[in-house]
Amino acid sequence: MHNLTIAELIKGLQSKEFTSVELTQHFLDRIGNLNPAYNAVITVTAEQALKAAAAADQRLTAGNAPDLCGVPILHKDIFCTNGVRTSCGSKMLDNFTPPYNATVVENFEQAGAVVLGKTNMDEFAMGSSNETSFYGPVKNPWATDSVPGGSSGGSAAAVAARLAPGATATDTGGSIRQPAALCGVSGIKPTYGRVSRWGMIAFASSLDQGGPMARTAEDCALLLNCMASYDDKDSTCIDREVPDYTATLNGSVKDLRIGVPKEYFSEGLHPGTEDAVRTALAKLEAQGAELIEISLPNSALSVPAYYVIAPAEASANLSRFDGSRYGYRCENPSDLQDMYCRSRAEGFGEEVQRRILIGTYCLSAGYYDAYYGKAQQVRQLIQQDFANAFDSVDLIMGPTCPSPAFKFGSKGDDPVAMYLEDIYTIATNLAGLPGMSIPCGMVDNKPVGLQIIGNYFDEARILNAAHQYQQATDWHDLAPEGVAS
Amino acid sequence: MNWDTVIGLEIHVQLATKTKIFSGASTAFGAEPNTQACAIDLAMPGTLPVLNKQAVNYAIMFGLAVDAEIGQVSAFERKNYFYPDLPKGYQTTQLEKPIVGRGNVEIQLADGSTKNVRIHHAHLEEDAGKSLHEGNFSSKFSGIDLNRAGTPLIEIVSEPDMSNAEEAIAFAKKIHSIVTSLGICDGEMSQGSMRFDVNVSVKPSGSDVLGTRTETKNLNSFKFMEEAIKREVERQIDVIEDGGTIAQETRLYNGETKIARSMRSKEEANDYRYFPCPDLLPVIVSDEQVAELRRNLPELPDARQSRFTEQYSLSDYDSGILSSDAAMAKYFEAVTSACNNAKLAANWTMGELAARLNNEDLSVANSPVSAEQLAGLITRIADNSISGKMAKEVFEGIWAGEGSADEIIEARGLKQVSDSGALEQMVADVLAANQAMVDAYINTDEAKRKKKLGGFMGQIMKASKGQANPQQVNQILAKKLNELL
Amino acid sequence: MSIERQEIEKLATLSRIAINESTIAEVSQRLGSVLDLVDQLQAVNTEGVEAMSHPMQATQRLREDEVTELNQRDALQATAPETEDGLFLVPKVIE
Repeated sequence: MHNLTIAELIKGLQSKEFTSVELTQHFLDRIGNLNPAYNAVITVTAEQALKAAAAADQRLTAGNAPDLCGVPILHKDIFCTNGVRTSCGSKMLDNFTPPYNATVVENFEQAGAVVLGKTNMDEFAMGSSNETSFYGPVKNPWATDSVPGGSSGGSAAAVAARLAPGATATDTGGSIRQPAALCGVSGIKPTYGRVSRWGMIAFASSLDQGGPMARTAEDCALLLNCMASYDDKDSTCIDREVPDYTATLNGSVKDLRIGVPKEYFSEGLHPGTEDAVRTALAKLEAQGAELIEISLPNSALSVPAYYVIAPAEASANLSRFDGSRYGYRCENPSDLQDMYCRSRAEGFGEEVQRRILIGTYCLSAGYYDAYYGKAQQVRQLIQQDFANAFDSVDLIMGPTCPSPAFKFGSKGDDPVAMYLEDIYTIATNLAGLPGMSIPCGMVDNKPVGLQIIGNYFDEARILNAAHQYQQATDWHDLAPEGVAS
Repeated sequence: MNWDTVIGLEIHVQLATKTKIFSGASTAFGAEPNTQACAIDLAMPGTLPVLNKQAVNYAIMFGLAVDAEIGQVSAFERKNYFYPDLPKGYQTTQLEKPIVGRGNVEIQLADGSTKNVRIHHAHLEEDAGKSLHEGNFSSKFSGIDLNRAGTPLIEIVSEPDMSNAEEAIAFAKKIHSIVTSLGICDGEMSQGSMRFDVNVSVKPSGSDVLGTRTETKNLNSFKFMEEAIKREVERQIDVIEDGGTIAQETRLYNGETKIARSMRSKEEANDYRYFPCPDLLPVIVSDEQVAELRRNLPELPDARQSRFTEQYSLSDYDSGILSSDAAMAKYFEAVTSACNNAKLAANWTMGELAARLNNEDLSVANSPVSAEQLAGLITRIADNSISGKMAKEVFEGIWAGEGSADEIIEARGLKQVSDSGALEQMVADVLAANQAMVDAYINTDEAKRKKKLGGFMGQIMKASKGQANPQQVNQILAKKLNELL
Repeated sequence: MSIERQEIEKLATLSRIAINESTIAEVSQRLGSVLDLVDQLQAVNTEGVEAMSHPMQATQRLREDEVTELNQRDALQATAPETEDGLFLVPKVIE
């Protein structure tokens, strides 16, 4: 059952081939057996899951149940789940149980999906390797000495290891796409404002977006149908009709104009990765698409701009974690300032502390114009690059990551080495555009991802192209050793 | 050496909306701690702000009342600092693009002159919660109540156009009058609905160079503001004359103890690191919206003053006093409407009523004497049912809750005797019983006769137990005595 | 680029994070490395370019002024470190 896609599971549930309770128990067992090897899931909600599954079965019997009714999923531990610990991968929230649901969680609940638990992640979504979690690193199911990517490493690994058919995740600088690429699964970051951020713990407010991870583009479409909604509790959520993303998967890619940015194929790109991506592009060309070389001249500035803007916003977003009203409070604070300073020093890991300090620095008097002000201008330039490109192409494609999964600890002491992992994904967040990663090859038995970037609210076209590619290839069907049996 | 004083005011006005500026929790005064602080107000993880339409309208109304530019596009910034009553660790406020721009307020001074005070701008922001330092909890703790957190404020910033305490108070009172007349603030200073920060500096008379200014924060009464300003001016002059320099600092003034002091220097190096709030989008105000608000703007104090002068034939001075406080103006008009005697209504409202309310620290809204009741009293004065002296007694009775004027007059038998027949008889009786006095009167020089009348009056009033109508008695007495001459 | 110790201490205070004496050097070095990265922005000519705060050309939605949140004190304080009589307790604040 764990080898079935969500689309197939839906058919199975609707035709009573199996029940949701059976399905749920099956995945709970798998998590129990396999999770220790990968550490992808932090909290398992077995009791609640089985209860929800039973209720889903009733709805399925009654008929007219929504698509995802009875389908088990995992939520990244950044989405607040009512009555269930939501840690954001941090000691700071290890004891935090929200009394409310994120809108994304609520949407799935309404649809009758079954929540198996919460997945591991880089602390406060800051990272590209899932090495910064308070709950320990997540291991890449393809190579357990290597990282799964981050910050949604848990969700990606869980899907790759078939611990769940789908999982929610978030992407601020590549945190859905990069782990999807490194774990050989599909994941899409929607247009900024497509998915509500209510209850999704904020890292960088103008960049964060929630999105689905699953093994196929079709599954992602099914999940995105549920995740995307207009929510008036989120002022940045855009009020725009959500199309049925599954309805347009089957259009042909003939005459699709695919922009290939020359800046994404330069120095630093692993040759194996380049090969796989170029092969994938050739495949699409063979299917009738047109490849057009384009330039995104300000690409190189995206990482510096991001590492000003994201930490700056994060430094303010994380100020609320001060030991006063919830979360971690240090022992025996001697006074108020001691409570603040020690709760935060003990509750936050090193990377989070570093980003807060950077953010504070960039916003400081005397530095604001040079850093934050400048970065916001560069952001405009980057957005303009994309706008220009989309004048002549429909989608932009290239590698998701500069190389396949790297070994734990290999990025060493230099934080910047880690930051450069996101070199191809960050620009999309700065511009607010939708972007996806799908598996397109293997290098040394590690997956390689193809990134597909679309224009604003063009998720349907992205999913369509991805689906067409997946109809003609089988990279997305591959499973890590020992997992598919 | 002669000194000039330069004063600028920052006035925080709590807007009388039903809910907070960014959440749907109630703003009602006096609730149990933290019962009006929802997840957004507590800065729980994943919560987001949505702007209150009424708060925007109220801010625009204020702008219209002071002839200010209304910002067609305004935005919110985050002001970052740590304090227990500031749950997010930042205050959402406006900096670069406030909703209200430059405006003007005319103030009237005691000598009858007027002066224009310029408004620099007014912006929307959220109020903080409250810290309690005494309670059931141990002396090691402070208790935080976040009911007030998120209450909408407009901060009104004046130019440093005021040159003494009188002008500052006049300006503050004018603003109070404007916001209460508009209905955008309840004006209850004791409840913290308006708070003043005063910036004071001194310079040698005629000099162009401004001195260093200090800021005295959080004054919530006109009286305390006046005291604080006077003390601070004195202090600054003393310091400079002694050869010292003024430190730019924030000060607090305690109205009970009359002590002013410098705040702890935690403020001194506070770099607020303002940056645009990414959770809120630009606020657009249309011309139509402004026109509609302008059309429906309630009567402003200046217009009301002119109207009172004309409509009720009051002096400018009286109109000024009655129109300045919206609640008092409303009361006065209700009284006048019920008894049709504007002059007496004005005298009693501004005089007896105001004095009593002031003495017992009550606002007009909480007056034990209702407008109808006062009107009832005035009617009896005007129709000569009771004398002016009796009226005071009746007023006391109404204040004490004994009932209406008529009920008290009846109960205490205070009805003035005005029946001319009865009075004639009374005067005749007294004259007949006091032949010696009558003879003395006749035999006195004409010039000295007036003095003798008092004796007769005394007797007559005694005989009537004070209920004889003095004016009528006077007339009758004069007539009768004349006949005897 | 290296950041002065004094600067680190100031940042630590502004962000209320206690930094261990023994790690200041390391923190300084790593922060310096990040700042080298972001300093690349300085080389760019951005004259006349507007700063972008929000990726979408959208405007702020306004909410009706009606009470929608009732008393949820118990639920919201269930997870609080220290409360008494409905108040959140923190170490005494000295004005």
